[in-house]
Amino acid sequence: MLEYLVKRIASILPTLVFVSMLIFGLQQLLPGDPAVILAGEERDPNVVAYLHQKLRLDDPLPVRYAYWVGGVVRGDLGESVRTQQPVLELIVQKLPVTIELALLAMTVALVIGVPAGLISAVGRGTAWDYGANAFALWGLSTPNFWLGILMILLFSVHLGWLPASGYVSPFESLGANLAAMAMPAFVLGNAIAAVLMRHTRSAMLQVLQADYVRTARAKGLRERSVVLKHALRNALTPIITLGALEFGTLLSGAVLTEQVFTIPGFGKLIVDSVFNRDYAVVQGVVLVTATAYITLNLLADLAYFAVNPRLRR
Amino acid sequence: MTTAAVLSDEGQLAAPARTEAGPWRRAWRRLRRRKSAVFGLAVVAIFVVLAVFAPWLAPFDPIETSWSAIRQAPSATHWFGTDDIGRDVLSRVVWGTRASLLAGVVSVSISLAFGVPIGLAAGFVGGFVDALISRLTDAFLACPFLILAIALAAFLGPNLTNAMIAIGISATPIFVRLTRAQVINVKVEDFIEAARALGNSPLRIALRHVLPNVLPPLIVQATLAIAAAVIAEASLSFLGLGQQPPAPSWGSMLNTAKNYVDNAPWMAIWPGLAIFVLVLAFNLLGDGLRDALDPRQG
Repeated sequence: MLEYLVKRIASILPTLVFVSMLIFGLQQLLPGDPAVILAGEERDPNVVAYLHQKLRLDDPLPVRYAYWVGGVVRGDLGESVRTQQPVLELIVQKLPVTIELALLAMTVALVIGVPAGLISAVGRGTAWDYGANAFALWGLSTPNFWLGILMILLFSVHLGWLPASGYVSPFESLGANLAAMAMPAFVLGNAIAAVLMRHTRSAMLQVLQADYVRTARAKGLRERSVVLKHALRNALTPIITLGALEFGTLLSGAVLTEQVFTIPGFGKLIVDSVFNRDYAVVQGVVLVTATAYITLNLLADLAYFAVNPRLRR
Repeated sequence: MTTAAVLSDEGQLAAPARTEAGPWRRAWRRLRRRKSAVFGLAVVAIFVVLAVFAPWLAPFDPIETSWSAIRQAPSATHWFGTDDIGRDVLSRVVWGTRASLLAGVVSVSISLAFGVPIGLAAGFVGGFVDALISRLTDAFLACPFLILAIALAAFLGPNLTNAMIAIGISATPIFVRLTRAQVINVKVEDFIEAARALGNSPLRIALRHVLPNVLPPLIVQATLAIAAAVIAEASLSFLGLGQQPPAPSWGSMLNTAKNYVDNAPWMAIWPGLAIFVLVLAFNLLGDGLRDALDPRQG
């Protein structure tokens, strides 16, 4: 087991190295002198000179990469040309908002997706199955920023039930926070619910054909107990592992959702940085996202390993 | 290029050629039997017609503003209403089909052009090449698709061409991984062994024997990837990183529309519906193709 753990953890190192190269490489896509572009629209010669020296633009590429990576390892992701704040500090400030949105969206996705997949698998070929499949197709085909606008139209403009935009900290008012997050969480969770529904359906269909399910039925157990206790428990493992892979979709979706509902999170930070030509922040956001994704996948793998006794031998 | 044509010039390999000639026709027959897939194909065809004949089908000039027709509700003259500067929404939706379809097709072509040869090399050559390509693919896949596309579009500069390049590059690793996995399965088959025993060069075996046999899942993935690319282009345009105004694009129309939800909801409804219907059509077609081409998945 220890050997597996060490191997699995070691396997992410080359990926992290390549991710860092990829993100460092983004800077090379800028046409012309990066220092001039990074200095923003004012192009203050002092800033340009400062950036030239700070980014070591006169050094060869591998040397610059080594310095950059050295900084990253120490937690120095550079600083925002706009606010002069360290990039890491900016990201840490915005992260809790996006984490809350992501957790709420994942809850929505699990609450809708897993039961829908379960019903669809148990009632294969029935109207329920078609209904659940139609829902999944709808979830996968609807651009979430459009769904967000439609929900604002219905729940804010016509019914006046929920605020159209803005964010209230849960420490300030939990009720106002949940009211502001309800629509964004649903919009973001909707697409993932569709994916989870499909995963749950196929995992359940597979498990329902297993011998132990037939044994459970032969023992005379009630169908409800067979499905929920014997089948679903076994189907949940792949669902959770595959669900963890949806983290990327969640973050991509958060960028758009935060834009529609004006939520000051991680996604809004990257979009604002793009328009402010604050490239260090863009790089920082991509780096943190990728590292979080790799770590989550590792955790999902380890969780899978922990709950599956057959792998531990 | 059909598999039959590829294999028929090898006299010795006539047997696999004959069994391979059937599957494509059978797949087409299976596809035609699936109503949802046929519906998807028909809708895609309608959008292609809209894109090609946009100049003749759109009732108004999509970028002509009219200060006397600002934010007018749908009427007999303007079926889908007008936008914040008096442009006809229907005409903009019709013209917007071009940007969306172009982005879908071009970006997936970019992904295929890079992803398939790289995946083929990784799977076929193996060893160090495979390890290197696989780690690189992992690195790309670790960056969420849209976030990577946003970063690429930001560094390349915001316009439709760069958005297509950014989406294409971001989607490439999926094709590398899929091609590699398929190639690893196919290269141990007996007919590949036979081709090698006949003295064919590795390049020839890879291109003429392995590649045609890994095509079906790639076609399915490409169709579904077009759906994802259409949404990605709309997303980038919505964020201001794709098609630049005043050129019509569904995503940028929605970006403007979100500011007028309370008094001109039609501005948001039609372009969003267009994205939804086109993406749904590609998803239905992709699901149908999967069942028709890949019996194991069905």
